[in-house]
Amino acid sequence: MERTRNERAWLLVLPVMIVVAFSAIIPLMTVVNYSVQDILDPYTRFFVGTEWFRDILRDDSLHAALGRQLVFSFTVLLIQIPLGIAIALCMPTRGIWVAITLVALALPLLVPWNVVGTIWQLFARQDIGLLGVTINAMGIDYNYTGSRMGAWLTVVAMDVWHWTSLVVLLCYSGLRAIPDAYYQAARIDGASRWAVFRHVQLPRLTGVLTIAVLLRFMDSFMIYAEPFVLTGGGPGSSTTFLSQYLATMAIGQFDVGRAAAFSLIYFLIILALSWVFYTIITRSQKG
Amino acid sequence: MADPAPAMRRVHNDFQKKNGSTMSLELKNISKVVGGENHIHDLSLRLEPGSFNVLLGRTLAGKTTLLRLMAGLERPTGGQLLDRDRDITGVSVRKRNVAMVYQQFINYPAMTVYQNIASPLKLAGVPRKEVDRRVRATAEMMRMSHLLDRRPGELSGGQQQRTAMARALVREADLLLLDEPLVNLDYKLREGLREELRDILRDRDCIVVYATTEPQEALVLGGSVAVLHEGGLIQHGPTHAVYRNPRNIEVARIFNDPPMNLAEGRVIDGEVRIGEHRGIPVPSHLSELAPGKYIFGLRPHHLSPANDSGDRLPIDGHCELTEITGSLSFTHVNDGETSWVAQIPGVFSADVGERLKVYADPSQLFAFSSTGGLACAPRNGDTARGAG
Amino acid sequence: MARIEFSSLAHSYADAPAADQDYALKRLDHCWDDGGAYALLGPSGCGKTTLLNITSGLLAPSEGRVLFDGRDVTRLQPQERNIAQVFQFPVIYDTMTVYENLAFPLRNRKAPAEHIRKRVQAVAEMLELSQLLPRRARHLGAHEKQLISMGRGLVREDVSAVLFDEPLTVIDPHMKWVLRRKLREIHAEFGHTLIYVTHDQTEALTFADQVVVMDDGRVLQTGSPQDLFERPKHTFVGYFIGSPGMNVLPCRIDGERALLGDAVLPVPAVLVHRAAQRSGALELGIRPELIDITPGTGPGSLPASLERVDDMGNYQLLQVRIGDHRLAVTAPEQFAGRPGDPLHLQFQEAAALLYRDGQLVE
Repeated sequence: MERTRNERAWLLVLPVMIVVAFSAIIPLMTVVNYSVQDILDPYTRFFVGTEWFRDILRDDSLHAALGRQLVFSFTVLLIQIPLGIAIALCMPTRGIWVAITLVALALPLLVPWNVVGTIWQLFARQDIGLLGVTINAMGIDYNYTGSRMGAWLTVVAMDVWHWTSLVVLLCYSGLRAIPDAYYQAARIDGASRWAVFRHVQLPRLTGVLTIAVLLRFMDSFMIYAEPFVLTGGGPGSSTTFLSQYLATMAIGQFDVGRAAAFSLIYFLIILALSWVFYTIITRSQKG
Repeated sequence: MADPAPAMRRVHNDFQKKNGSTMSLELKNISKVVGGENHIHDLSLRLEPGSFNVLLGRTLAGKTTLLRLMAGLERPTGGQLLDRDRDITGVSVRKRNVAMVYQQFINYPAMTVYQNIASPLKLAGVPRKEVDRRVRATAEMMRMSHLLDRRPGELSGGQQQRTAMARALVREADLLLLDEPLVNLDYKLREGLREELRDILRDRDCIVVYATTEPQEALVLGGSVAVLHEGGLIQHGPTHAVYRNPRNIEVARIFNDPPMNLAEGRVIDGEVRIGEHRGIPVPSHLSELAPGKYIFGLRPHHLSPANDSGDRLPIDGHCELTEITGSLSFTHVNDGETSWVAQIPGVFSADVGERLKVYADPSQLFAFSSTGGLACAPRNGDTARGAG
Repeated sequence: MARIEFSSLAHSYADAPAADQDYALKRLDHCWDDGGAYALLGPSGCGKTTLLNITSGLLAPSEGRVLFDGRDVTRLQPQERNIAQVFQFPVIYDTMTVYENLAFPLRNRKAPAEHIRKRVQAVAEMLELSQLLPRRARHLGAHEKQLISMGRGLVREDVSAVLFDEPLTVIDPHMKWVLRRKLREIHAEFGHTLIYVTHDQTEALTFADQVVVMDDGRVLQTGSPQDLFERPKHTFVGYFIGSPGMNVLPCRIDGERALLGDAVLPVPAVLVHRAAQRSGALELGIRPELIDITPGTGPGSLPASLERVDDMGNYQLLQVRIGDHRLAVTAPEQFAGRPGDPLHLQFQEAAALLYRDGQLVE
């Protein structure tokens, strides 16, 4: 039989290509298109070349938002990854408690983003919120709507509450995949709990940790709904992150050209940082 | 042990009447490169219709890759696969009528043994009565008729692998591939199942390819053997003929368990000299060897502690180790250059470090050239008996 | 190093074992002498790994006691028992070098650096790993990784015993010879008590001075390879040891003689007499290796017919028929009979054994 060229295959791939075109390629090209034009109204537009890009790169308040964004993402990563591993290590491995803890952990993941914001908005209020009242009762002055620090900490705490479970679940599955013989050998070698973690568990978690770090980084870097609902970006602009800045620019001020240029830069930053993370982790794995 | 043969024959004839497969499989200059690494390198091999082939090679020699290429689960990087003269290189595995058995016992856990065996036939849309007939015939052949209602989880490892094999056999595929199917079973189970498989597989009219690392398994199974080393085919021929005439040292190394003794030596002045040992007259089967350096090979059971016939080649050294199995003793003798292993019947004790003389049967010497190719093999009249 | 003793030991994985079959390991008393090389041989599920894990302390037995040199260690953890264990699949610490892997058990026990260096080097030399010491362990081959696993067991001088749980499973046949030999050398050099669990008789027999054959949670026989081969106490041992296993055929007693079909068996009268005194199914056990093919009829020779010949490379395996019974017989490489040929068989002296209900008549 000669090798038949089967053209039907293209037909089968077509639906996917159409979906990808509409969901990714066309919007992206539109954004590229906008980013090089100044659009005054639907009928009046000028080609401006790289002007928007230069403009964006010189924008001080955007630099500040980017800085906040980076600090925020690294802070939540630094908290969530170790905390997630620690909780996964403490989880039961057999019996009824496995199912119970898994369900309990999955719950925050099921709550919609804006609802999370609303929950914390109420939970942290210093007059009626359980958290706010408790902290103030302990004599600590806590007010997330008034103090920058308070707002910042609340946003971080909210994200930790919302997303640590994801890290826990990933690590838990990674830990379950380690054969018993490794633990037995370590016991016989007289390894301490820390040595078992350092030399048996951690090396075998790098795969899932890579995924956890990437997912959590990308997600936290694009955070929008929760702080928007919780603090509206305030007080001042202390919790205004990149997404919110972008939304304000595009929808609030209808500065479409600038917003488009900013979107592209935003996209490139995420891409570049994810690549950096990925390379660092896989390199360290290869040793 | 009861004799299963008549029942099996009957079932076979039954199969043969129905199935007239004459597939022949030819691999032409097949290569497979994965991530810059050569897994299979320029391999050509022709498998005759209805032949039984053993694929022998060490771990990572490329056996599994080759089976996957034959099955069509992977596409070769270069070369062609031909069925008779038809190019099937790009034909998907689903259109090839191939069955495969793996190292792991792969069954559908939620189905009974009956349903497991029937599953490929049901997928192929075989009428229910025909399915029932073939499932029961195959189960009888695999001696598991009494287990048809069980689920895989309730079976022993051996029975699970029988189920997986029955599922592969029931399809009457043109090409049946087995990738070390017995390696995860107990030694003793392996021994029994191996012989059963030999009888079941040998008479089938599809092409069977059976991959293994174990020389003994290849010898028991018979048929032809293709010896694989580092992704290349180094010898292909009737199993027992290859065993008796290994083309080069590498084949001899791969196809001997216990390993063949190999030592450097010379043919000089009408004598064979191995290492520093006293020379003996050139035995007749080596008479055509030109004087010079050779590597001599000797199977361990041709070394004995007694010089029975008086013309044996003495090897003296000190005993490094004795391993006694009750029926055999493996005595390791080091002569300063080579560590020889002698396989001696019965119990032969020697202390470690003790000076010891063992005698090599010169008529059983293999001679390899210094580049590793076979120069001369012992004449045993065995080549005539061949694959027997 | 220590003498390891089991006193009325039994284990069940069930919570409330009642019947005999609930026990994975049935009540047994056993002793591993200091410095011995032992093998625990049996099929899957016979309880050998259970017994091994009880020895190492990974598993606490449900009944009985484990004594090391008379000290009760039944409830002690593995690290408190000073036991080393090598598993079926090589366990290495991926992130460490070969040196660090070998040093790991000593570092965990806070041994002085100089001592660690000396021990690691000695063990690496023994196992021929010296060249690999600075390498990352994860990139090595299966047999090298298994050597490292063994090395971690041997690096501690004070271990009571080194336990091996089917350590050659993932090793290629030609490397099995090398590793088995290494094990024997290790035993000769370090003199540890070694306990080796396997289903592979060749490994068990070549490795051990004393082999413990188990089946169905019971110890059937303990003995030297020679004992197990020549005088299996149970038909299962006869079948399990030897390749092919012992021929076990139903036979009968007529007066002072034991008969296989119509043929008289070369069994001493005293054994026949003893067998006659017991009840139960009577069987003959004869090793394929202990049957000679004789050229003609002679005293004690049994007429047979050749049914099948298989060339096993080093020897020929014959299937022969005596009356209604089929036997396996091994013949030398040069044997040139064909199926259908008549043969005369001669059992070697003291090779024919009688069994009552599977138990050897002695």
